[in-house]
Amino acid sequence: MNWDQIKQHIAGFKIGIAGCGGLGSNAAVALARVGVKRFVLADFDVVEPSNLNRQYYFSKQIGQKKVHALRDNLLQIYQDISLELHDKMLHFEDIVPVFGDCDLMLEAFDKAEAKQMLTEAMMCFMPDKVLIIGNGMAGVGSFDAIKQLRWSENVYVCGDQITEISADQPPLAPRVGIVSNMQANLALELLLKMKPKKE
Amino acid sequence: MIITFNNRLEEVPDGPVTVNDLIKFKNFTFKMLVTKVNGELVKKDQRDEVYVKEGDKVDILHLISGG
Repeated sequence: MNWDQIKQHIAGFKIGIAGCGGLGSNAAVALARVGVKRFVLADFDVVEPSNLNRQYYFSKQIGQKKVHALRDNLLQIYQDISLELHDKMLHFEDIVPVFGDCDLMLEAFDKAEAKQMLTEAMMCFMPDKVLIIGNGMAGVGSFDAIKQLRWSENVYVCGDQITEISADQPPLAPRVGIVSNMQANLALELLLKMKPKKE
Repeated sequence: MIITFNNRLEEVPDGPVTVNDLIKFKNFTFKMLVTKVNGELVKKDQRDEVYVKEGDKVDILHLISGG
């Protein structure tokens, strides 16, 4: 498939990004660059100085809501991207109202509790939709430990499955970037296997 | 009894064994888990009610903070 065919194929899909931190911001940027035109972004947080070591934000955006800052950054790449923004903390009952019409979902939360909640909600209410989870990407090195696996019919997991964030093992741009781009790469691969939708 | 646990054959205590019993037996240190028995989701509040039988296929995904 050439570049024009790829862009044309994926332009009609709507992608849900659950969490706009290190995983969500970088994965959204990668997908926007290759031609995804419709996003649903959800996050309740604001950009903080400590986020700049891995998240796709800039120092002038400190204090802004992440959904607004990420919208602005995506629109700086291409102006014709449409975005639905949800500036809120998501609970189990929010997943269908917020993401119900998405064609594919990226799990990009930081807390394990939220990852668990989204995975159960998707498997309960949206079992036909693809969910790509980011799981285990703290620290430095161990590139070979990072993998992608298919855990269920429509649930995929990217990460090393083991390194939890801690004071001695912070989440940092290189490994978080690898996993977020692995999620985006898998999303693109799966979108290209789906029947294209009209823009 | 023998079950398939995360794609490997494993010997676990004979039944009746719930999903939660199995989690305790396996000494999972991560608390945030997603569990399936024979491909079906077992939600976290159902793990005391769903039993695992000889030959069942059990999959547990542990979720880790970071993102």
